[in-house]
Amino acid sequence: MRARSKWFAVPAVVVFRLAWLAGMLSRATGRGVGGTFPGRIALALRPTALRDLTADRTVVLVSGTNGKTTTTRFLSTAIAGQGEVVTNGGGANLLPGLVTAFLPPPSPSAVAVLEVDEAVLPLAIEQMKPRLVVLLNLSRDQLDRFQEVGSHVLRWAAALRTQPTVQVVANADDPLVVAAVLRAELPEQAVTWVAAGAPWRSDAPLCPLCGHAWDMRAEPWSCDSCGATAPRANWSMQGTGAIVDARGQVVPMQLALGGRAAAANAVMAAAAADLLGVAAAAAVERFAGVEDVDGRYRTQVVAGRRVQLLLAKNPAGWLEVLDQLQAAPGELLLGINARTADGMDPSWLWDVPFEKLRGRKVVVFGERGLDLSVRLHYAEVDHTVAESVMTALASTDGDALVAANYTAFVSARAELRVAAA
Amino acid sequence: MTLTLVSVYPDLLGTYGDSGNVVVLQRRLAWRGIPVTVVTTSARDPLPTSGDLYVLGGSEDDHQSLALERLRASAGLSTALDAGAHVFGVCAGLQLLGESIRDVHGVEHPGLGLLDVTTYRLPHRVVGEVVGDFTQAPGLPALTGFANHGSGSRLGPTAQPLARIRSGAGNDGADVTAGSQEGAVQGRVVATYLHGPVLARNPAFADWLLERVVGEPLEPLAAGPAEALHDERVRSS
Repeated sequence: MRARSKWFAVPAVVVFRLAWLAGMLSRATGRGVGGTFPGRIALALRPTALRDLTADRTVVLVSGTNGKTTTTRFLSTAIAGQGEVVTNGGGANLLPGLVTAFLPPPSPSAVAVLEVDEAVLPLAIEQMKPRLVVLLNLSRDQLDRFQEVGSHVLRWAAALRTQPTVQVVANADDPLVVAAVLRAELPEQAVTWVAAGAPWRSDAPLCPLCGHAWDMRAEPWSCDSCGATAPRANWSMQGTGAIVDARGQVVPMQLALGGRAAAANAVMAAAAADLLGVAAAAAVERFAGVEDVDGRYRTQVVAGRRVQLLLAKNPAGWLEVLDQLQAAPGELLLGINARTADGMDPSWLWDVPFEKLRGRKVVVFGERGLDLSVRLHYAEVDHTVAESVMTALASTDGDALVAANYTAFVSARAELRVAAA
Repeated sequence: MTLTLVSVYPDLLGTYGDSGNVVVLQRRLAWRGIPVTVVTTSARDPLPTSGDLYVLGGSEDDHQSLALERLRASAGLSTALDAGAHVFGVCAGLQLLGESIRDVHGVEHPGLGLLDVTTYRLPHRVVGEVVGDFTQAPGLPALTGFANHGSGSRLGPTAQPLARIRSGAGNDGADVTAGSQEGAVQGRVVATYLHGPVLARNPAFADWLLERVVGEPLEPLAAGPAEALHDERVRSS
């Protein structure tokens, strides 16, 4: 047995106050690592911190490969009128980030809406005993760092199975999400199915329930061997302009955030909000006010030009963003890095159908801009290479759309903010 | 004559972007005016036997087992190889071309027997950049790629290493051992552990493969971003 920290002798409330103060201090002295430092301290002093901070609290967890931050933002915005909401809006979705969201400890009635990394979700479910879990999608991401996608299905299912009273809002169009939920064997009424779409299917070449080599592109998906099929959805979307709630009511929706993925996140959030007592019409009205999710979708004016910033971290995310890029008239600036947080191997660029951008002019930037340049070269997409988002912008005229993977996005966001100021 | 490239079960053997190798080969032929068709197969289809070059990529373990089962059942690959076709395998593709694969549970499975290598589990997954020097194609610039595998492979006497490691891990997973073997070559079968995709990062290697298939030297293409990426990767590793 591991030795327990001697800090266990100190009352939890003191430890948490201390951790929060340390975070304040670190930020004040400019050494702060932002969203996770207090959580790190709290966890070091009290390994059960997350369990302690969420006991007897209503907790909602949002997980999946893509759309976590946007869905969490929609959901926390939708229920904000009901009382205090605790959230990790900055996207710090590993254990220290989750703990930090509760420092200093909020009132016991505050509802927590937290995005959780898909690999951390099982541990988060076990420790926080959530009332509701929202499962968006599963696809390949950072394969050098995390296990292959299939293992998440089994680990999600095992964690959900330990929670007899949990409710789940799940994407019925994603066979891997459905497999995780069905394998958890939850009571039928515990699951709300949402037809939120799943354009990327390449991580389910075999039926995730029986292993048969099926036609993964069939719409709706179904297995001709075991008979598994997309569950009948309680909620669905009508394009990006309306959602259909569990009672069959069509609720028109006009999001400030563009693209199919944002609308899919909205219908998932609306279904979750409904279970928390906010009807779809009220939720959708609040979604319309979300114009920017921690820099994602943000439009800034730089030297009289409108520049919008999009995040796409993996093939499934780029597949969605490519549609937006194709539809947009402006210059396209695409950024790629391959740091630890991005995955050190950008081979996945070859899973993205960049051929769709043929006929457009593109400027690439970022530390691995050359990898993207080679991809575009073979896709026969006309492009140039620039050092940074600002030099890329300077080499073009007119309005621009910037899409980048995680750390390239973070750098571009900072540079554009300075330039727009 | 039109060359036929067969992308072997990219639905199963496509986890690490290796289908990019097929795109690279196709374009480098087309840009030279050499007629080429690409046949993309699915695990639900039998493998055609009339291809000129068969390309296999990396995959998750479950998907590799099924691909191996399908390939063994259809015998399409060995039939094509006997008829003069070439085969290029990456990572899981290298492993399943070999004599045997020991899985996570210690169970040994027979491979396709087209390459004299045996595959076993490594104590730690190998992940990182690799640079090597080609031994089978001495004129080529350095080999660069990204390794990401939980198994290692040992070459038997009939297979030759494709390259010797300069930095990073070789077939055996031993890290930073200069001189370790990378990949394997045996007759018309060429294999490597490296992603990137490896032919996107090594345009001269792509042309070397194509020249073996075409049977004569190819006219050079103008240097472009692929050569720049190659040099950047070799420099920074």
